[in-house]
Amino acid sequence: MMKTLNHDIWVFGDYRNYFQNRVTLQLLARAGELAPKTGGSICAIVFGYDVGEYVAEYIAHGAEKVYVVDHPQLKQYSIEAYTGLMERLVEAHRPEILLIGATCFGKEYAPKVAKRLKTGLSADCIDLDINKDGLMIQTSPSFGGNLIAEILTPNNKPQVATVRAGTFQEIPHNADAKGEIISMSIPDDLPMERVRLIRSERLPKKGHKIEDTSVVICGGRGMGSKQKFKKIFELAHLMDGEVGATRPVVHAGWSGPNTLVGQAGRQISPKILISFGISGAIQHTAALGDADFIIAVNKNPNATMMKMADVAVVADANQACLAIIKAIKEKIQI
Amino acid sequence: MLNLVVCIKQVPIVSELPWDSKTGTLRRELAEGMMNPSCKHALEAALQLADQHNGKITVFSMGPLMAEEVLYEAVAMGADRGVLLTDKRMAGADTHITSLILARAIKKKCPDFDLVLCGDQTSDSETAQVGPQLAEELGIPGVANAEKLDLATHALCLERQTDDFLEILEMDLPGLVTISPHYYVPRHVSLGGVQQAFDYPNVDTLGADDLGLDPGLVALKHSPTKIIRVYSPSTEKENIVLKGAVKRIVNELFTRFGDRIGGAMSKDLKTHDHP
Repeated sequence: MMKTLNHDIWVFGDYRNYFQNRVTLQLLARAGELAPKTGGSICAIVFGYDVGEYVAEYIAHGAEKVYVVDHPQLKQYSIEAYTGLMERLVEAHRPEILLIGATCFGKEYAPKVAKRLKTGLSADCIDLDINKDGLMIQTSPSFGGNLIAEILTPNNKPQVATVRAGTFQEIPHNADAKGEIISMSIPDDLPMERVRLIRSERLPKKGHKIEDTSVVICGGRGMGSKQKFKKIFELAHLMDGEVGATRPVVHAGWSGPNTLVGQAGRQISPKILISFGISGAIQHTAALGDADFIIAVNKNPNATMMKMADVAVVADANQACLAIIKAIKEKIQI
Repeated sequence: MLNLVVCIKQVPIVSELPWDSKTGTLRRELAEGMMNPSCKHALEAALQLADQHNGKITVFSMGPLMAEEVLYEAVAMGADRGVLLTDKRMAGADTHITSLILARAIKKKCPDFDLVLCGDQTSDSETAQVGPQLAEELGIPGVANAEKLDLATHALCLERQTDDFLEILEMDLPGLVTISPHYYVPRHVSLGGVQQAFDYPNVDTLGADDLGLDPGLVALKHSPTKIIRVYSPSTEKENIVLKGAVKRIVNELFTRFGDRIGGAMSKDLKTHDHP
């Protein structure tokens, strides 16, 4: 069983969808919070070709050291090559912890690495901390988030975990930050690739999707008319969110079919959902389970939608919508 | 003849989950089970390959005795035989140990396999780790989240979507793929088919000793990851009710929840508040 040589926290540099996907920066920030508790350095690991700009970014966002293997052979991500490289780096430097972003690549790469290193791995952690014994507590969800487990890897090193983007917050870019860059050359005896990339195409960006947005403003029949429903669009636009609608609203033509939220339409998981004039038929509410915070506005305090909300605002949907639009405009000084 | 291996798992279908809080593991003997959805997609992929290329399919499952139900279901769908790996010593295995045990069984019962297919992840633990770790344990290449598969003589061509890329890959055989639920549509099994599977079972059962596992190996003890606590996140909503004049309650909404609303907008809603 591997013995550590230090208490360092390593973060795998997953850069190929940088700038949108910032999970590496987020993990560096969390590593920065945990490192004082382990007593180690924060290190980034970068494999690829012509990766100097990512190395600089990682230093600017908290990496104290960056281990780099920069070679044309590594231009495309390769599970096989990167597993071999990580194995050698880990055997040479023996860190305490290895964190990998839970991108599609990361979720396939981390188990290979953990198995190669004969150590434990927790997936999609929603939190990481260090306990009084210096071990990393890995908080990992299962059963669709209905069950949360706290996991330790007490006897094997490094302790490995994957973490989804958006779990932690990056620290701001600091152009003056200094970091040590340790370059490694590619070993001669990396095994032949048994998986070959024949073709890779970037999938077209689908535009702002209701499934991915932080704010959804939903309107129901209680809005009254197509003309009055327009303020739902206004509020959504003001909050940089998306419009959602119930089936009767879509049928009446007040809003397009792509805004239908429900079992037959879109499933949403926004940070905030504000619903106006919705009673809460099961076909609609079935799609709302993953909303973090629900504000429901309805004249009827006993409507189902009001009962399932975090905040139930008993008021006329139109009047309340207007008042909220006015309040936000004042607060963001439009 | 094409020699295919499919690994499937029986997962609980109840919403109330009985937990043994002492070991942090599921008391599966109390829960009703079903074939994990993406394992079924993997089996369908195997059945289609077997149809096209004259293949035979051996299905493996590790679990308590009742997991044999999913093996019978697999045989009813068209698999040739099933192998149940069951033993008290296997209980509580994490993915590291599970992949070790599955690999041992595959090497014993199907040493000349061409391709191993697994679901991409389970609906219970959802780690998506066993597939890649099984490939590593077997010393073969592995590719996750595969959609369309095309078999050539010594290689498998596959298509998949990963991190906003559409990739066409070629993998040497023997190899392993985990199957995404987005391409293959599992066939239905007639009731008669399921009954027949139960009446003429082709399911072997192997324990830890049959596999030649280290006599001291106890999965719960030897799994590198240990679950120390398990809990359900709070799903109780506070349900705060605001009543009264619209202007006043909207004011109250922002006073009490302005940070929450602003946070979702990535905007500060409080600094410009008038007294």
